[in-house]
Amino acid sequence: MALLQISEPGQSTAPHQHRRAVGIDLGTTHSLVATVRNSIATVLPDEHGRVLLPSIVRYGQDGVFAVGVEAAARQAEDPRNTLASVKRFMGRGLADVAKTHQGDLPYDFVDSPGMVQIRTAAGVKSPVEVSAEILRVLRQRAEASLGGEITGAVITVPAYFDDAQRQATKDAAQLAGLEVLRLLNEPTAAAIAYGLDNAAEGVYAVYDLGGGTFDISILRLTKGVFEVLATGGDSALGGDDFDRRIACWAIEAGQLPPLGARDLRALQVEAREVKEALSSREAARFHVKLQSGDPVDLTLDTATLESLGANLVTKTLKPCRQALRDAGVDIADIKGVVLVGGSTRMPMVRAAVAEFFGQAPLTNLDPDQVVALGAARQAHLLAGNRSGDDWLLLDVIPLSLGIETMGGLVEKIIPRNATLPIARAQEFTTFKDGQTAMRIHVLQGERERVDDCRSLAHFELRGIPPMTAGAARIKVEFEVDADGLLAVTAREQSTGVTAQVAVKPSYGLSDDDIARMLRDSFDHARDDLDARALAEVQVDADRLLDAVRAALAADGEALLSDTEREAIEARIVALAEARVGTDRSAVRQASDALSTATDDFAARRMDAGIRSALAGRSIESI
Amino acid sequence: MSDAVTAAVATTGPGADPFALLGLPRGMDVDPHALDDAYRQLQAQVHPDRFADKSEAERRVAMQWAAAANEAYRTLKKPLPRAKHLIESAGVGLGEQDNTAMPADFLMQQMEWREQVAEARAHRDDKGLRHIEHDIRGAEGRLWPLLSERIAAADWPAAADAWRRLRFLEKLHDDIEDVRAALID
Ligand SMILES: Nc1ncnc2c1ncn2[C@@H]1O[C@H](COP(=O)(O)OP(=O)(O)OP(=O)(O)O)[C@@H](O)[C@H]1O
Ligand SMILES: [Mg+2]
Repeated sequence: MALLQISEPGQSTAPHQHRRAVGIDLGTTHSLVATVRNSIATVLPDEHGRVLLPSIVRYGQDGVFAVGVEAAARQAEDPRNTLASVKRFMGRGLADVAKTHQGDLPYDFVDSPGMVQIRTAAGVKSPVEVSAEILRVLRQRAEASLGGEITGAVITVPAYFDDAQRQATKDAAQLAGLEVLRLLNEPTAAAIAYGLDNAAEGVYAVYDLGGGTFDISILRLTKGVFEVLATGGDSALGGDDFDRRIACWAIEAGQLPPLGARDLRALQVEAREVKEALSSREAARFHVKLQSGDPVDLTLDTATLESLGANLVTKTLKPCRQALRDAGVDIADIKGVVLVGGSTRMPMVRAAVAEFFGQAPLTNLDPDQVVALGAARQAHLLAGNRSGDDWLLLDVIPLSLGIETMGGLVEKIIPRNATLPIARAQEFTTFKDGQTAMRIHVLQGERERVDDCRSLAHFELRGIPPMTAGAARIKVEFEVDADGLLAVTAREQSTGVTAQVAVKPSYGLSDDDIARMLRDSFDHARDDLDARALAEVQVDADRLLDAVRAALAADGEALLSDTEREAIEARIVALAEARVGTDRSAVRQASDALSTATDDFAARRMDAGIRSALAGRSIESI
Repeated sequence: MSDAVTAAVATTGPGADPFALLGLPRGMDVDPHALDDAYRQLQAQVHPDRFADKSEAERRVAMQWAAAANEAYRTLKKPLPRAKHLIESAGVGLGEQDNTAMPADFLMQQMEWREQVAEARAHRDDKGLRHIEHDIRGAEGRLWPLLSERIAAADWPAAADAWRRLRFLEKLHDDIEDVRAALID
């Protein structure tokens, strides 16, 4: 289907050139990057051959800065400046963080509108910036290994991430200079990797317990289609919580005095090692030397670990039941249970999963890598590297979306587990005579009361003509794209007064913030489009001119009015003139102007193309 | 912001005709396999992932089509929304908010069932829940053929009445499932 060949200037790639796209698993504890080479998905190691990058960033004194292994090595020494597990703070306010972590984190949190920040020796850092540092290291790793700039990335997020958390992740990727092809849900990525490798068909469950998050997804795999039926989870439940329980146990069992930040971090680091050791042993020594010089020397056995972690494991089962119910699937229909995430190596987790689903889970894949591998395959596909056996991915929104109505209640507009993308509108009316403005409060969550849901944005529709109560017709439209990100528009129907928000303001960074940070980051100069050579800009301009001329010749007559056509032709002339000059930015501006002028035309051609493709299916009226 | 009062009262309805979009014959009888196939084929042609290398404006168009495909599938997949669409597109309202339209004996029966559910919950009585479910299924078994038949006969007021009853019963099923989930946790 050759619908349109208009590409945006600066983004065009020659048709058959191989596009380097990567998949990145931005994990709470580990992150990794993978790509597809010679049709095989592979993870990319660093120069020491290490695949997993610890998701830890150190902003030390005197300009000390480290990401990954080096930062991890110093975390007990410099706990306040060494930031680990920041994924748990993405899109979260101080109050949220305080709720899930009762003062057990050694960071100097700074409350800021929307998202909590952390004060370090190198200044105040937002979780978005910290995540961007991790992503930047992975981007550089990929570029070094692939020998060139990468065209785009699929970044994975927990399926249960809400809009604020997704937006924060996307911001971090942009800040790291990555073009985001898609935010992909982690269990879905795992299902893609598993499904493609095993030619799996049927209904599968993916149980993903990582370092900081838990997801359960139920998918139907049919030839060429990955269809998520339902998802559920807990975005603050993972291996970290087991570590914390073990550290608390050590404090009690060892009758330790009140401890400082360094000691606490040292206990948690040791707790994690002991926990991991207990996945293949019956007992392990818990040994830490405190700052005071006193040793802590204890032994933890599996029975004790199981009693410490039992209710954490149980906590994962409720979302499993809910997801099955939402999917309309019985346990007996589940053909296989795919385990993802390092914490599923724990025997107690495997046993609980086996008991719940009534079958032994599938363990023939690497729980650390499967998410990145699936993301790489999706990235490869989205970057336009088509092969004969493409697949279609249909994912869902994890949490309901709605707006505040009378009495502090939430009116749901989009229910959880609706298939993406979604566009849904609801009409509302005024409550008072002469009311000229309406405040719209957008919320996400399952509860009925506003206070129990996450507030995503407030905006106001002004200039409603005064009418009697109930006469105005205000249409509120929610649109959720394939990344699971929401945009809201409100419009008064009789006057056409419109207000629009991309749901960003209360969480995440503004576009201006991102632009500024990008300017500030020194390694970004080469991403600057204006720095590109004149020749390159001219090539893009030629390509654009050719494409627009071809499109006009094919469909100009049918799809454009005379005035529209003239407007586009004027821009063509302007670009052709600029093209022969040597002013780089003039060529760019003229290219931008032409491509903006053809937006509507491109959209109409797309629409006409889809209609005619569907008409081949013999439907009279659509 | 004195006169900016938070919104209330929903009033709106559907868009493109789901049967036409999916290329299926109109009516209550929908072959689930044909529906699944039609939906997947449609998404394979319109989904924005198919156009990931296109411009923003073009991908937006694809997104709108894909959203319409999802909505159409959702409408036709389960019989209650399917029937709702057929009745409403005949211009007959279902007055979902308003139960004064229901006959008194039906409302009485509803109340009775609800009391039984509350009781079963209080006594953690799963057997009691199953008993109520059995009764509800009996009532549904009589209503479904009636609904299909009235729709086929274009007898919209009678179809709407059957639909409202079935909608009540579905809510009751949901409540029972909620109670069950609460008993497990
Ligand atoms: N052998 C093991 N036994 C028990 N736990 C383990 C084992 N190996 C790894 N883990 C735990 O798995 C967690 C890390 O898993 P993983 O790398 O999958 O998480 P992540 O992707 O970083 O986090 P998330 O997906 O939640 O964002 C850590 O809590 C780690 O202690
Ligand atoms: Mg993970």
